[in-house]
Amino acid sequence: MFYRECGNYKATYRADIAVFPIPIDRWGLGIMLVLAFLVIPFVASDYWLSSIMIPFYCFSLAALGLNFLTGYAGQISIGHAAFMAVGAYASLILYSRYQVPLLLSILGGGIVSAGVGVVFGIPSLRIKGFYLAVSTLAAQFIIEWVLTHWQWVSGGVFGTIDVPEMYVFGWLIDTPVKKYYLVLCLLVLLVIIGKNLVRGQLGRNWMAIRDMDVAAEIIGVSLFRNKLIAFVVSSFYAGVAGSLITMTYYGAANIEEFSIYVSFHLLGMIIIGGMGTVLGSFFGAGFMVLMPIFINQTLLVFLERVPSDLRANSEAIVFGGLIVFFLIVEPYGMARLWQTIKDKMRLWPFPY
Amino acid sequence: MTFFLEVLVNGLLVGIMYSLVALGFALIYKASDVFNFAQGDMSLLAGLALVGFLTVMPLWLALICTVGVMTILAYGTVFIIFRPLVARPPLILFMAAIGLGFLIQGIGQSIWGTQAKGLFIGIPEVSFEIKGIFLNTFDLTFGGVAAVLVAGLVWFFQKTRTGRALRAVADDHEAALSVGIPLLKAWAVTWVIAGIVATVAGVAWGSRLGVQFSLSLIALKALPVLILGGIDSIPGAILAGLVVGAGECLAEVFIGPYVGGGIQTFFPYLLALLFLWFKPYGMFGKEIIERV
Repeated sequence: MFYRECGNYKATYRADIAVFPIPIDRWGLGIMLVLAFLVIPFVASDYWLSSIMIPFYCFSLAALGLNFLTGYAGQISIGHAAFMAVGAYASLILYSRYQVPLLLSILGGGIVSAGVGVVFGIPSLRIKGFYLAVSTLAAQFIIEWVLTHWQWVSGGVFGTIDVPEMYVFGWLIDTPVKKYYLVLCLLVLLVIIGKNLVRGQLGRNWMAIRDMDVAAEIIGVSLFRNKLIAFVVSSFYAGVAGSLITMTYYGAANIEEFSIYVSFHLLGMIIIGGMGTVLGSFFGAGFMVLMPIFINQTLLVFLERVPSDLRANSEAIVFGGLIVFFLIVEPYGMARLWQTIKDKMRLWPFPY
Repeated sequence: MTFFLEVLVNGLLVGIMYSLVALGFALIYKASDVFNFAQGDMSLLAGLALVGFLTVMPLWLALICTVGVMTILAYGTVFIIFRPLVARPPLILFMAAIGLGFLIQGIGQSIWGTQAKGLFIGIPEVSFEIKGIFLNTFDLTFGGVAAVLVAGLVWFFQKTRTGRALRAVADDHEAALSVGIPLLKAWAVTWVIAGIVATVAGVAWGSRLGVQFSLSLIALKALPVLILGGIDSIPGAILAGLVVGAGECLAEVFIGPYVGGGIQTFFPYLLALLFLWFKPYGMFGKEIIERV
């Protein structure tokens, strides 16, 4: 009744290959964009914009990147936060040391990260499954080591680079609203590109490799090219996300912010959100960013009198519990849940 | 030369400790296809529990109680978390194990406290010298304990009825079910064994580094050991542990100074990567032959 897929006739080839063939989906997306661009910046407080929406967008972007690699191409990476770190450091070095324009240095951060991604993607040509997953941890540790031990990169003893004042086309980006728009514009641009990547030839190649790489190779999908491209695209997105979150949220590139736990969180985002879906990256990032805040805000009210040890650890307990709970209830993620809701809405409120 | 030998021997002793953690991973992976990322957290829990029990009871009783805690954990994990997830893709199980890790860490630290605690179980730490090589009684004792543990495991898996059932489950789930082996119980027993291994590792590392949050990170040290030996191979875990332990100590001492030190964190991963490039399933891992 409410979600109608029928009665939607396509008369041109353009309409046939539209990204969102169903009108109601287009309307829904339009409403979301209007909300994001025109409503949220004026309604939300600075706290909401700068410490909830901006991290949410940045992590959505990083999760999308990991989703290309793990969800679409089937190569598990548990070192992905390291690529975010590379992007963050590279873009800051470009921007503050070489005075490259801001947008170009964010792009440059992504490109450097993509280059590093190729290097760490090479083992995927020989190694599969959990062997590969553990190998990607090498990226995490080697990059962490380089960033803390090479003075030229980290710029100092503490391995941090502060973010200078940011200008886009001579326009100072200082308030949370301006930062919000910067992040949002890049996010929308990259998501449009990403959505089109995965529904084209490249995405299909990736899915073929994910489902069975031997079979994919036999029907003529080059494993070498497509796996490496998956690493390139994925670490590019991670790099851009890392540089954005550093510039707009953390305020200084610091290796501590890209530890292995961030990698686990990213993996958690795409598994809970839904692997192999663009939408799932957003759901997962929302879940992982909002949940700790929600736990802190609500539990602290209820747990005024409990021992401090329990309070300090309640976040880990609830977080771990929710991950396990979600996997048991809906192992294919929130994107599948959304699909189920849409299926129900087709007939609701009538039984059939 | 003596210096080289000393570094080598100490590296091997550290390697035994890595093997212990990797062994837990391999046991569970072999039996239930779960890549148990919570193995390090299990060691942390065991360490925390042991320190907690030691304040009120003698060592032998505290050890029994700790193993009891690990048994409860094992049964709870298998029957509450992994029963509903049977036959799910391995990645889902892996994520569930990460979630389990958070749970164990949170619950353990809520009960026994977050602050770092010392653990002393009565093994003296005395250095002595044999032919110019400095050794440590503590390391040697734990090397011995690990050897006994491994021998015990081999005996258990080869000679006892339960052990044979576990090997059958590891070989083929459906075939094991069809001859009447209860799958979930077999998994639970495997998790108990992994829990005992985690306890030994937790005690060994806990006495050294203190029982605290960072104890759960030894899992990260054990992972390159695991893939170097082969994810589902017990002899592989032991041999690779020795190789990695010796390799990283030698690298730190002889290569480290030239590149700025601290290469211990990633050297094992590099070693494993290089080896896997030539043998993608590790030293003794089961090769998966794919057919279209």
